[in-house]
Amino acid sequence: MIPEIGNFALIVALLLALTQAILPIIGAQRGNLTLMAVARPAAQGQFVFVGIAFACLAYSFITNDFSVVNVAQNSFSQLPKIYCFAATWGSHEGSMLLWALILGFWTTAVSVFSRHLPDDMVARVIGIMGLVSAGFLSFLLTTSNPFLRLLPAAAEGRDLNPLLQDPGMVFHPPMLYMGYVGFSVAFAFALAALLSGRLDAAWARWSRPWTTVAWSLLSVGIVMGSWWAYNELGWGGWWFWDPTENASFMPWLAGTALIHSLAVTEKRGAFKAWTVLLAITAFSLSLLGTFLVRSGVLSSVHAFATDPARGAFILGFLAVVIGGSLALFAWRAPKMLTGGRFTWFSREALLLANNVVLLAAMGSVLLGTLYPLLMDALGMGKISVGPPYFNAVFVPLMAPALFLMGVGPLARWNGSSLPDMVARLKWALAVSVATGILLPLTLNGFNPWATIGIALSIWIALTVLIGFRERLKYTQGGLLSRLSNLPRGFWGMQLAHFGIALGVAGITVVANYQTERDVRMNVGDHTQLAGYTFTFQGIKERQGPNYRAAEGTVEVSKEGKKLFVLNPEKRIYNASGMPMTEAAINPNLFRDVYVALGEPLDDKAEIWVVRIFYKPFINWLWIGGLMLAVGGLLAASDRRYRIGVKAPAPVPAGVATQGV
Amino acid sequence: MKSRHKKLLVIVLALAGIGIAAALILNAFQSNLVFFFTPTQVDKGEAPTGRAFRIGGLVEKGSLKREADGLTSHFVVTDTAKSMNVVYKGILPDLFKEGKGVVAEGKLGSDGLFTATQVLAKHDENYMPPEAASAIEQAQKAQKTLQQ
Repeated sequence: MIPEIGNFALIVALLLALTQAILPIIGAQRGNLTLMAVARPAAQGQFVFVGIAFACLAYSFITNDFSVVNVAQNSFSQLPKIYCFAATWGSHEGSMLLWALILGFWTTAVSVFSRHLPDDMVARVIGIMGLVSAGFLSFLLTTSNPFLRLLPAAAEGRDLNPLLQDPGMVFHPPMLYMGYVGFSVAFAFALAALLSGRLDAAWARWSRPWTTVAWSLLSVGIVMGSWWAYNELGWGGWWFWDPTENASFMPWLAGTALIHSLAVTEKRGAFKAWTVLLAITAFSLSLLGTFLVRSGVLSSVHAFATDPARGAFILGFLAVVIGGSLALFAWRAPKMLTGGRFTWFSREALLLANNVVLLAAMGSVLLGTLYPLLMDALGMGKISVGPPYFNAVFVPLMAPALFLMGVGPLARWNGSSLPDMVARLKWALAVSVATGILLPLTLNGFNPWATIGIALSIWIALTVLIGFRERLKYTQGGLLSRLSNLPRGFWGMQLAHFGIALGVAGITVVANYQTERDVRMNVGDHTQLAGYTFTFQGIKERQGPNYRAAEGTVEVSKEGKKLFVLNPEKRIYNASGMPMTEAAINPNLFRDVYVALGEPLDDKAEIWVVRIFYKPFINWLWIGGLMLAVGGLLAASDRRYRIGVKAPAPVPAGVATQGV
Repeated sequence: MKSRHKKLLVIVLALAGIGIAAALILNAFQSNLVFFFTPTQVDKGEAPTGRAFRIGGLVEKGSLKREADGLTSHFVVTDTAKSMNVVYKGILPDLFKEGKGVVAEGKLGSDGLFTATQVLAKHDENYMPPEAASAIEQAQKAQKTLQQ
């Protein structure tokens, strides 16, 4: 009964989504207030019904209703309840439902926090989001219904893929989707502006906080995914340039370009067409990411089924969304572009340079991700593009972008003087280059990659400090009150940039100074790594809720002093018989000690191959990533986004006012 | 400098920057493409020597042998028509098993031994890496046409 209620709720939601899409847009074009007023209740009703459908599916999972195909395929009676709940989005169907639910959430959020916007704008934005909802809901109902029954019911489920049985599964997908789907708001605002014919600074200001929040959540999602891979896969890596990772990284790169370009459009009225195109690009890449990961095109954990009908639907949907929005752009944009002017050395120009580099980076990821698929689809042979390509491209592309990141926030809108900038920054430059060269020398000899990374990290950190100092120079009062009086937009930007500095430091140090060792160990054997002594004390059998584990005990000591014990595991899951490596990690702020079990080498499973990593500064990476996201959220909460509909007062030329 | 000249300079610089970026990307792309070959193709001499590529197929039953260090393993990858010897130093993935599909990346020596730098087995028990599956499919198709 419950799954049928869910199915019915989904159908009602589709009808509401169509209502929400069609009536308000017609109303907005004709200036009919009654039709426009349909937008908010329809959107909220749609969210409620998708919510009911989602609750029904979650209920079926939690109660182990194996008469539902989706549950039978992705759950198991012994599965811990929290993973039963997370398994709701562990399958293709469930994850699409989560997509629709989150889209409903964002639409409802727009409908609630848009009181200060003109009615026609709200009607168009909600209408466009309704079109996207309608697309996803019909996709669910026609090709990926999560409520299909299995007759006769299965006695037992096939279990959730063991790789997904991790706390990361509870948080990572919803967070990632919050980001992906959040870009639909920026997309809807861009299309609404095109439809209305008003592409102005006010539009950019309405769209900015939404975009920044979506981008922040996407950042959290990506950071969590990376942390999860690091913890769960047992290879000690934190980024693999796997197509599924790239699928989330491309919208992030486009989104990063978008939030910076929106700043220029809001402050200076420039780059309007560019900003609209970026909003379309960011959301299209989110859809592409969903398509890549969920249609089975990529053969990896994330691809659950290969079903051509689904692929064709998503591809068609993608074509309609991208083609339709670009056609609208080509039709409407030329009429309303009265571009702002800018000089070559100004904050605008530097942000434009940042945009170009980010998009080049995005293009290189797109090429590396799609080209192998394209060649395969055309029957032109199987090829793969691995980390060497991405690393070779990313370091030279990102180095100038990171350098400009230090200059951009200190440059003035509408033109700065280069000699003045050199005078302000020469000490920061000297200190960062000197540290970049000297620090590797004291550690391990000259290392150009370490030099570049460390110099850039310190450069960004120092320019953030200079930014604070220059902002505080002309204010009065105690330091704390002066700091707390700075606008949140400024704080957010500084925090996010500082997060990048930490992340770059973490990546550089871990990439250049990590050490690892694969070693054969019998009970009582010792091995050394990075000054630590690892003693293998043998293996115990352990019974988990739905798996059996061989739990190893590795004692770690330094200079004869016992420090801690690590318990890496090798698990065999009951339902699937699938083995899983569970690494054991001892973290602290400056290093992780990471131990994973390889394979047993004798029949009695006493001798094992053990993999040991020493990972300096790896946690700076996650801390930096989270700081980035917190910065974004802080900036989005700036009070100027919450006041009045009025356009901002014109900014006097040559004056740096509010932060980006 | 007149503002018109300045503008021109900026445009030229921007184009140069984009050009350099594109050249860099395409160059890196070309030199890092990894092609895939089936054991049959390798047997025919189609695979390059001195450049890394991928092979795929089944791990032949009974072929996995370990050296005394516990880390170096030897196994045979077959597409059911032809086989090749592979050596790999490192921990094999969880789902590596005799009789199951595998993909290995590495270089072919002049002695015909494939030295793998990376071994991939897929994340799901019942799931064959698509490259391995297609290698076997191709080999079996070829065998059928030979028999006819």
